[in-house]
Amino acid sequence: MEFVSPEGLRLDGRRPKELRALRCQLGPLPQADGSALFEMGNTKVIATVYGPKVADNRSQALHDRAIVKCDYAEAAFSTGNRRQRRGRGDRKTTELASTIRSALEHTILLDLFPRAQIGVSVQVLQVDGSVLGACINAAMLALANAGIPLRDMIAATTAGYLESTPLLDLNFLETTGAGPEVTLALHPNLDKVVVLTEDSTIAAEPFEAVTELAQQGCKAVAQFMRAQLLQHVQTIATVRGLAAL
Amino acid sequence: MAREISIRGEDEFDVLTVAEAALRDVPNALPDIVCVGDTIDTDMQEGFLRGHGTQVIHNKLIATVCGLVERVNKLVSVRPLQQRYSAALGDIVIGRVAEVAGKRWKIDLNARQDVALQLSSVDLPGGAQRRRTAEDEINMRSIFQEGDLISAEVQSLHADGSIALHTRSAKYGKLSGGQAVTVSPNLIKRQKQHFNVLANLGVEIILGCNGMIWVAPQAESSKNGHAASSMPNRTITPQQRSAVCRVANAVRILALLNMLIFPSSILNVCKVSSEAGTDAAKMLQSEFISSFLQDEVQRRLQESL
Repeated sequence: MEFVSPEGLRLDGRRPKELRALRCQLGPLPQADGSALFEMGNTKVIATVYGPKVADNRSQALHDRAIVKCDYAEAAFSTGNRRQRRGRGDRKTTELASTIRSALEHTILLDLFPRAQIGVSVQVLQVDGSVLGACINAAMLALANAGIPLRDMIAATTAGYLESTPLLDLNFLETTGAGPEVTLALHPNLDKVVVLTEDSTIAAEPFEAVTELAQQGCKAVAQFMRAQLLQHVQTIATVRGLAAL
Repeated sequence: MAREISIRGEDEFDVLTVAEAALRDVPNALPDIVCVGDTIDTDMQEGFLRGHGTQVIHNKLIATVCGLVERVNKLVSVRPLQQRYSAALGDIVIGRVAEVAGKRWKIDLNARQDVALQLSSVDLPGGAQRRRTAEDEINMRSIFQEGDLISAEVQSLHADGSIALHTRSAKYGKLSGGQAVTVSPNLIKRQKQHFNVLANLGVEIILGCNGMIWVAPQAESSKNGHAASSMPNRTITPQQRSAVCRVANAVRILALLNMLIFPSSILNVCKVSSEAGTDAAKMLQSEFISSFLQDEVQRRLQESL
């Protein structure tokens, strides 16, 4: 398969350094403390946050900081061919959940809530590549929606290397190609990398270019999320009429 | 029965978007809005104190939540518009009894911390003096049972973050014969008075700081300072019922629109609805919400003049 045409266009018509369309909705589930729906092209994820609250399991609570619980689930209808639901204990599911959890643990200011628990559950509704990145972005928006103090924003994207071209934000077809795929999550204001995963080995030489591209992508995603969050606050503040107080 | 074909989503009604569009043009001097990770402008002032929702990195004040910047003298803080309830001393709260544990009840307040109501901090029925016996602890269920809704006050906040409540006043205690509405705790302003009687509607409301609101018909005894709810099994007339529903739905509309909930805002919704002749049952439909929004725009415009 040809992933990059001679004109420099990808299978879905994007340029190599182009993100897919981003869309998000803040607070779609009012019964949760915070929630967000996040779409990167056709990848669609909904994240909900419950907490900070008293830890479900008292013996797991820590006396000096909050614990983060993370649930990851993929809907049976999320991929092209409907498949058996993966069990909860599945290796891939566990790994994704723990990656998301560790990214969030480095982002939330946990020491503000001793003995508490912050539950984040991420449900993937549609899969079209870059699932981990979309999950981290959705979780970030849900946490911000829940008013939980964060060290910085966290934004994630993927980048790959196919036909000697670094490609940003891989879709499903591109992830099936033979090239490596790198998922990177960034604290954009602190300029720190929080998560870096590779699904296969990648040569040292393109690695630099690919991670650089992913970082640029993260910053673009962060900018989008920031605009959306500000817009949301503006909307609520306007309706609430806070100047009247 | 054939139904007319309609395209779903065509007339979908996103309340918040509609409300924002309606209220956008009302003059409203909003404070600065910041997002997580934004630097808060402190150039204007000499020195600053780090408040809630902020952190200092390299001598710069950075927001840790999305919300509105508040400046009180040197203290700079960011107030998020949505957050879980965090208790403060003296708050009046409404909660549900989750568990009866030795000498204390565990109360579900939807709070960040653990909540306990000690047996020693409740008023016994009839104002009797408590005798500290084992029998006393066995009979705790005769006071509050699992699932009971109670009103209480925050008595103290312990160092380990847990909350202690008390019901040592005739106005606190078990609630019955009314409706509880749960809203976001951020919509409730702390006020001098959280127990309110809407006399012309014959309804009394308790605005719990934790986002639970109790709406019940006004009782005879409320005139001499006792909780209406301390009288179980009273008869409630259909008129009282509809008044309660009207007030409860007024609270739900305000919550839906993300507007602050306090007696005059609730009364205002009730007034608009009864003037428009809207049934309590139809208050949550989009027609009434639009007409209420129009009224709200007019009201705010007048206020800003």
